Amino acid sequence: MHLKNIRLHQFKNYNKASVHFSEEINCFVGINGSGKTNLLDAIHYLCLTKSALNPVDNLNIKHQKDFFTVFGDFDLHGKEIEIKCIFESGKKKQLIQNGKAYDKMSEHIGLLPVVMIAPDDTSLIKDGSEERRKFFDNMLCQLNRKYLEDLIRYTHFLKQRNALIKQFAEKGRWNAELIEPYTREIMQLSKSIARMRHDFLKEYEPLLIEYYKTISGDQEKISIQYETQCLEDGFESTFKANEQKDFILRRSTMGIHKDDFVFQISEYPIKKFGSQGQQKSFVIALKLAQFMVFFKHLNTKPILLLDDIFDKLDDNRIERLMKLVADHEFGQLFISDARPERSQGILASMDADCRFFLIEEGEVTDWS
Amino acid sequence: MNFPSKLIEDAVNEMSRLPGIGKKTALRLVLHLLKQKESVTEELSHALLALRKEIKYCQKCHNISDTDVCSICRGVRRDRSIICVVEDIPDVLAIENTSQYQGLYHVLGGVISPIQGIGPDELKIESLMERIRLAETEDKVEEVILALPATMEGDTTSFYITRKLKALNIKVSTIARGIPIGGELEYTDEVTLGRSILTRVNYSAD
Ligand SMILES: [Zn+2]
Repeated sequence: MHLKNIRLHQFKNYNKASVHFSEEINCFVGINGSGKTNLLDAIHYLCLTKSALNPVDNLNIKHQKDFFTVFGDFDLHGKEIEIKCIFESGKKKQLIQNGKAYDKMSEHIGLLPVVMIAPDDTSLIKDGSEERRKFFDNMLCQLNRKYLEDLIRYTHFLKQRNALIKQFAEKGRWNAELIEPYTREIMQLSKSIARMRHDFLKEYEPLLIEYYKTISGDQEKISIQYETQCLEDGFESTFKANEQKDFILRRSTMGIHKDDFVFQISEYPIKKFGSQGQQKSFVIALKLAQFMVFFKHLNTKPILLLDDIFDKLDDNRIERLMKLVADHEFGQLFISDARPERSQGILASMDADCRFFLIEEGEVTDWS
Repeated sequence: MNFPSKLIEDAVNEMSRLPGIGKKTALRLVLHLLKQKESVTEELSHALLALRKEIKYCQKCHNISDTDVCSICRGVRRDRSIICVVEDIPDVLAIENTSQYQGLYHVLGGVISPIQGIGPDELKIESLMERIRLAETEDKVEEVILALPATMEGDTTSFYITRKLKALNIKVSTIARGIPIGGELEYTDEVTLGRSILTRVNYSAD
């Protein structure tokens, strides 16, 4: 699969731009703030219907304008797929595939896989469990329709249950009969989702270990500890026993929204015990393993977006990552770099079709 | 939109408050009325006013009615042992139009949704229980059909009502959901198809 071209209108700092891409390597060069990352983000929009950086669509409209459009043509197994993403302030976002609008955005997820690597972004390791759940949810949703549907249902029932608990708290009275349908759904969906998360890690973790070794050159053993109460024996009775606590705290205190994925190095949390370099390698390995899992399941190599890797990684890690590129591990590649000579130097030796684009204040020109 | 007349502007504004009617459509309707005889507008306003002032809701099933008890609830040929529970009035009309159902109805007026502040007390759920409990011996209710929307809210409402009905010891059923007539399996969405398989029915070749 690859993206043949993209057309932007009033997207972030772009007024109008139209770019034709190489099937192999595309490198966006230009000073910081010129719009390199925004172009990567536009590709993310086409693949996943949303920004990788800013979840609020409104904030992705060019300053003082009231709509944006991102259009692109993909080649998927030889079939042409045109995707149009249209967002007008105050209206519902529209996503159109070959002239037909999707009823639900979620129907598009999984068709055009994409992986974005921003090595400086160690929030996956450093932030709270929500970031990590989002990462795995996002991945599983692209791979498994049942997971996506269960998660949508779960999120909805959780909102309803929490609203109900708030009302109970205000009235000072718990209504067991009324909350029962929500509790039942949440317990059932928690078990199903936790099971899918658990099974997925059995496949994902070995890939992660492999890529961590490749990128870091370390011999340290890494692992993921999946922490959940939802697969324990007697989960249902614990859940019910916990309702007293729900009532006091005015929200649901058990379920898969409390799970965590603890990243470990030599059996210690990498958050506390990993060096900066180890954390960066870990983040890259997480994304590369994601790439490989998508490739295996979806039978097409995902688009890979590499944001600012040459600046944020040391030479050894860049060299090992580029070896993977040279070995044709990846499909279509998009790279952003503030220093054109550097990326040209690194990419020149590749046996691949490589195109450079100069980005200046939201204008794109071919450059070589 | 700028109007040459305040009278037209007021009429358009009022008209465009109706669902599905934009300013342009409203203007077209207003101008249309102006071209017709005055009596057309008079009859329309009279009908609307009468509708608003005289409309009643059936005391038993909460369907729309001209009288205290609606024509379905009064119908001599209706089967009083079955009550079909629906979300709202249009659902009654839809089921009536199938001509496949001879029982009675019960209109809830919505489904339970805590986020929107709709709980059982905002709906006609207790009135359904009362109705079943108080039915005269000859009108004893034997079955309740739940015909609520196939949404998460519809399903939780069905579950809640089913639990409540358990104590009254009557049969509860829900309308079947599945492949539309003439529908191809491969074009049916996965959730519907999955559910159709889980709730499959016996097939008899008699
Ligand atoms: Zn009635």
